[in-house]
This record gives sequence, C-alpha cells and structure tokens, in this order.
Amino acid sequence: MDLFEYQARDLFAAHGVPVLPAQVASDPDGAVRAAQHLGGGTVVVKAQVKTGGRGKAGGIRLAHDPQQAGSAAAGILGMDIKGHTVHRVMVARGASIAQEYYAAILLDRTTGGYLALVSREGGVEIEQLAVERPQALVRVPLDPVRGLDAQVARELVDRAGFTEHPEQIALVLTRLWELFVAQDATLVEVNPLVLTVQGEVIALDGKVTLDDNARFRHPEHAALAESWTQDPWERRAHELGLNYVRLEGQVGVIGNGAGLVMSTLDVVARAGEEFCGVRPANFLDIGGGASAQVMADGLRIVLADPQVRSVFVNVFGGITACDVVARGIVQAFEALRDSGEPVSLPLVVRLDGNNAAAGQEILRSAGLPGVELVRTMDGAAGRAAELAADRVGKD
Amino acid sequence: MSIFLSADSRILVQGMTGSEGRKHSQLMIDSGTNVVAGVTPGKGGRTQEFEGTDPRPVFDTVQEAVEATGADVSCLFVPASRAKDAALQAIDAGVRLVVVITEGIPVRDTVEFVARAKGSGTTRVIGPNCPGLITPDGSNVGIIPSSIARSGRIGLVSKSGTLTYQLMFELRDIGFSTCVGIGGDPVVGTSHIDCLEAFEQDPQTEAICLIGEIGGDAEERAAAHIRDHVTKPVVAYVAGFTAPEGRTMGHAGAIVSGSSGTAAAKMRAFQDVGVLVGSTPYETSVLMRRSLGQPAEEDRPVS
Repeated sequence: MDLFEYQARDLFAAHGVPVLPAQVASDPDGAVRAAQHLGGGTVVVKAQVKTGGRGKAGGIRLAHDPQQAGSAAAGILGMDIKGHTVHRVMVARGASIAQEYYAAILLDRTTGGYLALVSREGGVEIEQLAVERPQALVRVPLDPVRGLDAQVARELVDRAGFTEHPEQIALVLTRLWELFVAQDATLVEVNPLVLTVQGEVIALDGKVTLDDNARFRHPEHAALAESWTQDPWERRAHELGLNYVRLEGQVGVIGNGAGLVMSTLDVVARAGEEFCGVRPANFLDIGGGASAQVMADGLRIVLADPQVRSVFVNVFGGITACDVVARGIVQAFEALRDSGEPVSLPLVVRLDGNNAAAGQEILRSAGLPGVELVRTMDGAAGRAAELAADRVGKD
Repeated sequence: MSIFLSADSRILVQGMTGSEGRKHSQLMIDSGTNVVAGVTPGKGGRTQEFEGTDPRPVFDTVQEAVEATGADVSCLFVPASRAKDAALQAIDAGVRLVVVITEGIPVRDTVEFVARAKGSGTTRVIGPNCPGLITPDGSNVGIIPSSIARSGRIGLVSKSGTLTYQLMFELRDIGFSTCVGIGGDPVVGTSHIDCLEAFEQDPQTEAICLIGEIGGDAEERAAAHIRDHVTKPVVAYVAGFTAPEGRTMGHAGAIVSGSSGTAAAKMRAFQDVGVLVGSTPYETSVLMRRSLGQPAEEDRPVS
C-alpha cells in the first residue's frame, strides 16, 4: 500500500524525523483555516495524490496568506493528475531552503535484502539522477539483521560527501530505518530532504510503501487504507474477500490462480485484436480450493459491472475441483434469477484438470441460458471476445 | 534423476495437524511421497492418522523430528504469522530443503529466513507463497496435484502455481523431471537461475520450460544466465502484459513499478538471447514440443 504524502509525513513525525507543521484540508475553507492555524504566513498547498509529477501539473502552489491558500486549494481540489483525482490538499508552513538532498531505504528484490540510497542532489526525479549522474547517488546494500545503525549512517553520510550538518543527516537516516522496520515498510523515501537557511534538516516531501502482508501485526494500518480504493466494484470485491482489480474493457474474467488469471487477461486482449479491440474488463482470482460461494460472489461482481459484455470463466482444476466451480456457476445463476436480475450476458466457460468432465456435465445438464463450454483456453478467449464484440456492436 | 528432490527424500510437514497440512500430507502420501513426521509445537508425542497408511509421529520441534526420523526436507503449512519462526527452526536444524507453501508472509520475515538459509550453507528455501515442487513418480512436496503428469524429460520452473499445472497438463504426454514452483512473492529463497543451474546439470532434463510474470527483474537475470551458462533448449512464457502500472495482480510480487518489471521487457530479454517465448500457455507447449523434436500433438484437438 502506497501512502499519501500527509500520511508519510505523520509517520516521519512519529518516528522523530523532522517535518514542517502541516494540516490536511478537503475544501478551500479548510485550507484557509489550516493556513491561519499555521500562523497566517506563507504556506505551500499540495495536492494529495499517489503519483509523481504534481508540481508540473500545477498541484503544488505557494500562498502568502490564508485567503490565497483558500484559492490555491480551490484550484487544486478536483484536479486530475495522471488519472488521480485530488480529494485532499496538505497545507504546510513554508521553509527557506538552502540545499535539497535525497534519502531512501527500500526492499531490493534483486538481492533479497535492503538498499540505502543517498544523494546530495535531491529534489529531482531520482530515476533521472541515477541515469544521468550515477556517481552522485550513493547506493549501499544493508545487512538485513544489522540494518542502518549509527555507524552505517555515518559511512553513508561520508560517502555521499555531506559536509554540512553530517550528524543531523545521519540521525535522520537511522530514524528512517527505525520507521522502515517498525512499520513493515518496503519503501521509505525523502525527496527532498532539505537543509534550511536556519540550518535545520527537514523531510519536506516523502513517500512510504507499507507491506500489505504485514497488516496482521499493524492493526493501525487499516485506518491508513480507509481511502484505499475509490472504485465501487473494487470496494465490494474487497469486502467479499475477492482478489479483484478493475480494468477498462468488455470481457469479464474469472479464473483461479494469479498467474493463470494474468495469463487469461493477456490471451483475451490478444484475441480481442481480431474483434473490435475488446479488452479484459477485470482481474479476478477465485484462488485455490475455491468454494461454490466464492464462484457465485465473483460472478455477481463481474456481472454488475456495466462495461462487461461477456464473461470468460477460465479454471484449471488443481486443488480446485471443476465440479465445485460448475456448481458455483449454477448457484450464482439461480441466486441472480431469484433476486430478479437474471443473467443476460453470455458466459464462456473453460474447465480443465481435476474433475473437468464432471464440471462440464453439471453445466450441460443445468442448461443455463447463454453459457457455452469451450474446450481450450485460447479458443474460449476468442469466443468470449467475439461475443463481447457482437454486443458492443449492437449497443 | 531430478533436481532438489528424489524418491529417497524424507519429508516432514510443519503444521501437519492443521486442516491444510493434514489434507496435503494425505495427498503427498497418496502420491508415494515418503512423509516421515509432522511438527506442531505443543502436540509432540502424539500421532497423526492418515487413510490407507500408518499414523505419522508428531514432534514439538524440527530438531526432535530430524533426530528421530532422519527427515531432510520440510514442508511448511503454518500460518503467515508463525512462518518465520517455523522456517528458522528448520534451517537451524540443518534441514536440506525447506519448502514454504504459506502465502501472506511479511517480506521482512522472508528476508530474514532466506538470509539465514543462505548463510547456513546447508539449507535451500523454496517459496514462500509457492505450490512446492514435484518429481513425478518420485516425490511431491507441496500442493501440486500429482495426477497431472508423469515422469519425463522436461524441467519446469515457475512463479505461478496454476500456470505450472496448465503447462504440465499441456505437456503431460512428454512428462517432467522436476517442476518447481518458486513462488510469487517479491523475495523468494530459490530463483529461476538456481533452477536453471540444477536443470542444466540434471541428466534426465532435456529441455527447460520457464514461466515468469510481471514484477522485479528475475526473468531478465535468468535470460542473461541462459545466454552464458545454459546449453539445453529453454522455452519461456511471461504473464501480465495487460497488467496496469502500480497494481498488485494477485501475487504480492506481481506489480509493474513505473517502467520496470513489465512483461514486454521480460519477453524481449528472453528473445534477445534466443529463448523462444510463447504468447499463450498453449503456444508455449507447442514451442516446447518443437524444441524436443515432437512437432505433432496427438491427444488433444487444437482450437
């Protein structure tokens, strides 16, 4: 889970990393009050979206008094930045910046360990810096057990060539490590870490990614995920415990196993190239050993999505038995019929592996309207794409 | 021959008395795997009943189980919150192969036990969040259904469970030396490269099927390794071309970050070193047949 800047700032503050006073607002009046509360002087109003490039998009504005802060917020709220709508702004007290640095700690998938990145040249896109001036970016692997202690921090500061306030910067680095460990983060990034004209070292902007697998030992992280998803289908699927990602497309996809479902999306997109460019509408993994109930829940979610024109159920029975999946499909059809919303979309089903023949027989004898059995995955994807394209043509 | 696992392997199951552990221990035993013991803290001294075979002894610790039964492989079905301690116990007891099936382990825990295993010089970890591995007609550790395919000459390594099953099914007439599900987490104990090295050395393996997916750079590194070190034919498949940036697709590690970890880049990396890449699982099986000089598929109609 990626955090918003204001959430990252709160975590920095909680772990002793210096930050500027700031408040969050979701309307212009709130921004005016926030600016007054911060002393009525110069503030920065910043769009809270989980993407980069806010400055270029006009999502970060300087305001010299509370009224200006309100009009800045009015201009920023509701903006679309790279597909992310701005629902909140953070109003932060201004600072006089002397230097901009960079510091990050992250999980390094390549080595299966952690990496510290430090540079005296912050405030720019770090990927760009890594390419253009790699010598300016110090990269040090961290021992997973020892981590980033005071001595490692001091070495980092020396190697990066910090001559001003090295102790303060080293202290920030050790505190970022403490945050990284205590919060089960996979990324903690401060960009820029600034040195003010007054000689303070402050985390001006930051990004934190938390490990979703560690939720069980961080009940407090649930509150951070409150605005985790805006999409109503994703929210409903999440409540039902389904592994669902909504995409833009016309063929609803349900399958078992993350790899097979990803593969199914690809095969559908490929088949769609021949049928008006129809695309997969979603990722939905009903998982290993899925019950009839899970299948029914999944089918409901996908059928409720108005962009969907056909559905492709692609199951390879490993642990999951295909007869159970078939019964789930039958149950879902019955439940939807009983609730007055009978299934009106075509459903292409491919069942292979464990109890495939039994599953196919259940579906054949149930005689469900619009359900077609296709033997192979590639063939079924083609048929689902064709059916979706037919219906798109008619709409 | 096979890699990592043979008919002589002696398996203990950590979490054998839980519902998943019991169910899959039974399936492993049914497929002829030599399951010798279970470990569940607090249940030492008891036995676990199974159908059609003798009960297996249950121990409190891995150390006791190893001393009593000579187990050299452990399979973990313990909950995510206890997986790190269970894995560390197996590593510290000198178990040669630790297969972590558990999904949802915090990555910090995985980093710790994988580092401990590497430091031990004796233990290989497979997983976490994996289906395990199977040497058909020999030994089956984990949850891969043993009925899909027989023993044969293809070695398979995959991040994904169901794609492993799918390819095993497509190529079941040729058969497999060993199939290894390395897991879909961002950090895993055994990489594609580890498996490529082992398959290259394995006389039974004549060709290698490699299945990858979005996220990280494991496939790109595997491609470089193939170029420099692998003489056997390799056929690859990559899933996730349609995955949007920044979204986790089922597996914790399956995420495109910015422009890195994309399926297109992985496919290109393989193609650049002469590895054939299938655009669907079925097409991958066709390419594999061709690599083995078996152009026709006899037993399945082509759609």
